[in-house]
Amino acid sequence: MIETRALAQSDHDATPVVAFRNVSIAFDGPQVLDDVSFSIAPGETRILLGPAGVGKSVLLKLVNGLLRPDQGSILLFGEEITQMPEEQLFPLRTRVGMVFQEGALFDSLTVRDNVAFQLIQEHLPDEEINLRVRDALRFVELEETFDLYPASLSGGMRRRVAIARAFIHQPELLLYDSPTGGLDPITSTTIIELIVKARDVSHTPSLLVTHRLQDALLLCNHRFDPKAGRMVPLPKGVTDSGTTFLMLEEGRLIFDGSLSELVRSKNPFVREFLE
Amino acid sequence: MPIQLIEKSAKNLVLTVQEYSLFAYRAFMNLFRPPIYWPEFLVQADIIGVGSLSIVVLSGLSTGGVLALQSAATLSAFGVTTITGQFVSLTMIRELGPVLTGVMVSGRNASSMASELGSMVVTEQIDAMRALGVDPMRKLVTPRIAATICMLFFLTIVADACGIAGGGLVTVLMNHQNGTQYFDKAWEHLTYSDIVQGLVKPLFFGYILSSIGCFYGMRTTGGTEGVGRSTIQAVVWASVIIIFVDFLLTQVLLTFFPPL
Repeated sequence: MIETRALAQSDHDATPVVAFRNVSIAFDGPQVLDDVSFSIAPGETRILLGPAGVGKSVLLKLVNGLLRPDQGSILLFGEEITQMPEEQLFPLRTRVGMVFQEGALFDSLTVRDNVAFQLIQEHLPDEEINLRVRDALRFVELEETFDLYPASLSGGMRRRVAIARAFIHQPELLLYDSPTGGLDPITSTTIIELIVKARDVSHTPSLLVTHRLQDALLLCNHRFDPKAGRMVPLPKGVTDSGTTFLMLEEGRLIFDGSLSELVRSKNPFVREFLE
Repeated sequence: MPIQLIEKSAKNLVLTVQEYSLFAYRAFMNLFRPPIYWPEFLVQADIIGVGSLSIVVLSGLSTGGVLALQSAATLSAFGVTTITGQFVSLTMIRELGPVLTGVMVSGRNASSMASELGSMVVTEQIDAMRALGVDPMRKLVTPRIAATICMLFFLTIVADACGIAGGGLVTVLMNHQNGTQYFDKAWEHLTYSDIVQGLVKPLFFGYILSSIGCFYGMRTTGGTEGVGRSTIQAVVWASVIIIFVDFLLTQVLLTFFPPL
């Protein structure tokens, strides 16, 4: 029997941070996403599971308008973004933090300038920028990389800097695109620990895309202990109720629910993925 | 099958022209709308202007020299080698200076813009910039276009000066003619309309080469192979369109400034 840590009922009742309604998209061929509908409630962490090539990253880019759907509507913070001009999307995107698959750090900028990118655009004083960058880098435990260029960082370090860049503006929504893809197990756990920390400390709603079930389970079965300063397991059989699952199969959403519902699912694709 | 291939190629061509037109229009309008990223403009002006100086000086000197050599041989048949200076200066200022500089700078900078922006596209840096709330058109494309237009204007003046100087060197050292006479003729027959014609062209060429370089960079697909493809297309199309637009511009400018 799987129990769940309670998520405030008011969070579920509030306006969703993200809402997809019958969204479809194709690129010169078959549908990449077909009639996808789901929502993200305030404070909720949703994990989008599925094998490579089912449209997970496309779905993530649709959330903040980096791609436009062919059909359906997408609401971000209650605003319909499907037909919104690019100029109007920019201020909305500053409220969203996004971590890309390979980090997508700007090669020509130092770690400081990468992390501070949004703050520099807002013309904040240098002292304040440096202070906030150091705080963000401390959060991902990479303070010593302040003056380095991305080329001199390892793959895991680049992802952590990307997480710092996504966090620095205190976003109202976090999007993670396979944040542990291609990393070794130890580095992957470090990244997941940072995501758990962001979830439990700031309670920012998030959507995490991954094909790694072990990462999803780690997120569900752990919480961040501020006193210990690290991620600790929840009691046996208890999971985080604010962390729920979505699963894609060939562009169609075939599962939307909690971990307990996921493990009980009779869908053959879900069963195959879990086993 | 061949008909389908032709149909597909034609559609692709029309789509590319349409996309480029929209891209070029947006890029042009952004030149007059804030925010203007001045630090990026200065960095690009340095890369494009100062970085291209050596190739423009060398190609200008060589072209002026070749013009003097060839023209002297032809003009001597009519006994008018004294007008070599006039011939070289008019050809350089009205035609070869702007076109040569445009083609040389497109070889160096349209390719660099396409490969740099293309690499940013395939590594999701452009998407990251958009996700951080910054318009890559304004932050990356507009400063490059503004800097190219500005710098190509001055580089053309340098190429003109070097071409005339190169022609002078050949005239004095190889053709054993009078240098004072060469420079006197070069200056004497130069009119205001020649200068205007020569300096209007680089404004258009700068816009063409930078917008094409950025356009192919920003529409890169297909990983590192795609970056290479974009780079080639940017250089080829920028050079071809510069030469074609030069023909059209010359026709238009000759209407406004008819030959005396």
